[in-house]
Amino acid sequence: MKILVALKRVADPDNANKVKIPGSGDRVDTTGLEWKPNPFDEYALEAALRLTENGQQPKTRAGEVVVVTFGPKETETTLRAALATGADKAIRVDATDDQLDGDLVARALKTLVEREKPDLVVMGKQAVDGDSNQVGQILAELLDWPQATFAATIEEEAAGSVLVGREVDGGVAKLRVKLPAVVTVDLRIVAGASVYSTKTARTFKYNEGVRFAALPAIMAAKKKPLTEVKLAELAADTKLKVTYAKFQAPPARKAGIKVKDVAELVDKLQKEAKVL
Amino acid sequence: MADPVSLDALISIDHLLSEEEKLVQATVRRFVKERYLPRAAELFAKEQFASDLIPELAELGLLGASLTGYGCAGMSPVSYGLALEELEYGDSGLRSFASVQGSLAMYPIWKYGSEAQKQRFLPGMAKGELIGCFGLTEPDAGSDPGAMKTRAKKDGKDWVLNGAKMWITSSPVSHLAVVWAKTGDGDARSIRGFIVERGMKGFETPTMHGKMSLRASPTGEIVLSDVRVPEQNMLPEIEGLRGPLSCLTQARFGISFGALGAARACFDSVLAYAKDRVIFGKPIAAKQLVQQKLVMMAMELAKGKIMALHFGRLKEQRDLLPAQVSLCKKNNVGVALEIARTARSLLAGNGILLEYPVIRHMLNLESVFTYEGTDEVHTLILGQTLTGESAF
Ligand SMILES: Cc1cc2nc3c(=O)[nH]c(=O)nc-3n(C[C@H](O)[C@H](O)[C@H](O)COP(=O)(O)OP(=O)(O)OC[C@H]3O[C@@H](n4cnc5c(N)ncnc54)[C@H](O)[C@@H]3O)c2cc1C
Repeated sequence: MKILVALKRVADPDNANKVKIPGSGDRVDTTGLEWKPNPFDEYALEAALRLTENGQQPKTRAGEVVVVTFGPKETETTLRAALATGADKAIRVDATDDQLDGDLVARALKTLVEREKPDLVVMGKQAVDGDSNQVGQILAELLDWPQATFAATIEEEAAGSVLVGREVDGGVAKLRVKLPAVVTVDLRIVAGASVYSTKTARTFKYNEGVRFAALPAIMAAKKKPLTEVKLAELAADTKLKVTYAKFQAPPARKAGIKVKDVAELVDKLQKEAKVL
Repeated sequence: MADPVSLDALISIDHLLSEEEKLVQATVRRFVKERYLPRAAELFAKEQFASDLIPELAELGLLGASLTGYGCAGMSPVSYGLALEELEYGDSGLRSFASVQGSLAMYPIWKYGSEAQKQRFLPGMAKGELIGCFGLTEPDAGSDPGAMKTRAKKDGKDWVLNGAKMWITSSPVSHLAVVWAKTGDGDARSIRGFIVERGMKGFETPTMHGKMSLRASPTGEIVLSDVRVPEQNMLPEIEGLRGPLSCLTQARFGISFGALGAARACFDSVLAYAKDRVIFGKPIAAKQLVQQKLVMMAMELAKGKIMALHFGRLKEQRDLLPAQVSLCKKNNVGVALEIARTARSLLAGNGILLEYPVIRHMLNLESVFTYEGTDEVHTLILGQTLTGESAF
């Protein structure tokens, strides 16, 4: 199976409180922020690697994973890390965040999908910076491919389909999606028994979380192919549909208070918060 | 209040590291955070070694990481150092395991072993299927290993080993021990290295209990009673004290980075604590005496890291002189212990609880201060280097 994974680098979500908005309110100031891969995209890569291997120890590869990002030269760090973790080749679409919106990224990805011809596109359900949650859905629509979003489990099936589990209120809905398809993943996808290729025994359990790049693989990643593509090559029309009117920081939260005992808590809930 | 700047950002060490080195650092950092730190206090409290993590350490390429070929990762000295620093951020016991396996057990085989020995042992050791240890210290020969009593006598095609080694990291869990023994009557020039394998008759490795330091790393004795070791298990390419000492030079280089990891863990812990702990109406971080201590820690961490990196870069080009490694080991372990003790005092009562990493690192660093050449021995090495006079 050949899988395309889209990766975005985002400002370190653990330091979200350092994000600043200048007085002009026309943008988010990212100076001094550390960049990290979007966590959901890391989960997507982990899912794609699991789908293209026999998970037993030692793991053996059985498929190809292509990672793509949209960003300036520095974002190649994110791609090299993905290559070190196990992806086979990488593509960087040269662009900066302000030149992009979800629609344009999806349209450019469509062209890339047509070039690369993957059997499956696996993506994070959303990027934790803009939280738009759109690209996977738009891409599936543009390609006219089936989609399964917020996947918690993915099982590859012999008949050219994947069985995707989505957590819904009161249980798990299973969708059988014929390939080629677009799947976006949620946090649960990196649990120990959530992704199986046809090669991996159903009794096998992964370590929970995203795998670690082996140190020799980090050195070898330099030799894996990484190509640059211009955005205009992939999308004839690079006009944005989403424009930002204004940015505003949420009101600063007041510090909480400590109460002595339950009686005081109940009193405050009644008289001050007026919720009881 | 101004936004605080992190120590990493302050010393901007990232500018001295390549993309790969940063990735090595980030990878091992995450490994330790996810796989070791949640258990670190409990392993220490219960005097347990995380042997279940050995396959994962091996898969990451952390066993024999600085060696080339035979399934080893072939990492550059700086990458290797950074990896050890992150392991020791977890626990000095975890780093000790990796140091002993790579620098003290695999290195002598890799450097001084026969091709057959390398092929037989190194791939399994890199995979973590074979655990090694290094037997040099004896009850009556610590800082002066030339005074060792362990003897190897030739008998037909075999060597017969007798003696006792003490304070041997990983010996209780090892499959093989690189044991140093005299083949002559007392002359240190007759010291040879032997690969003693588990199962050889007369080879025992009783655990030493009751350590209050490095509790997550098993330490034991090696008892040798008429152990028959075949000729092909002797390391052919080295004679004399230079053998074991050259291994120690490798390990000490890694410790120069490693100790900084333990110190940084203490610094991170105490910095967060100081911002949080309100006494006399203010966080203790806003008190001058406390800031002075935090600044001392940050300065020593910065200097230690720059020194380790400098010698790491030098080692990429040529072997370091033992005295250069002494400089680095003595300084960085010394300041790490000082930082840990200061952090302990700033956490005060909470500083003696295993709930915080500080007391664990502080106790561990007492061993790191003593093993791989005591602090005093490194002073003597450096003193001799500078003056030409031996003061041993
Ligand atoms: C947890 C732990 C793990 C260890 N792991 C290993 C291992 O895997 N393999 C191994 O072979 N060994 C190992 N060691 C042993 C370690 O290397 C020795 O403890 C160390 O070399 C010191 O030896 P000693 O304890 O016998 O102290 P001694 O040599 O008896 O020293 C006592 C004191 O005298 C000082 N001193 C010694 N000589 C002089 C001098 N000439 N002038 C002034 N002062 C001097 C020393 O610095 C020290 O303060 C380990 C030790 C510990 C604690």
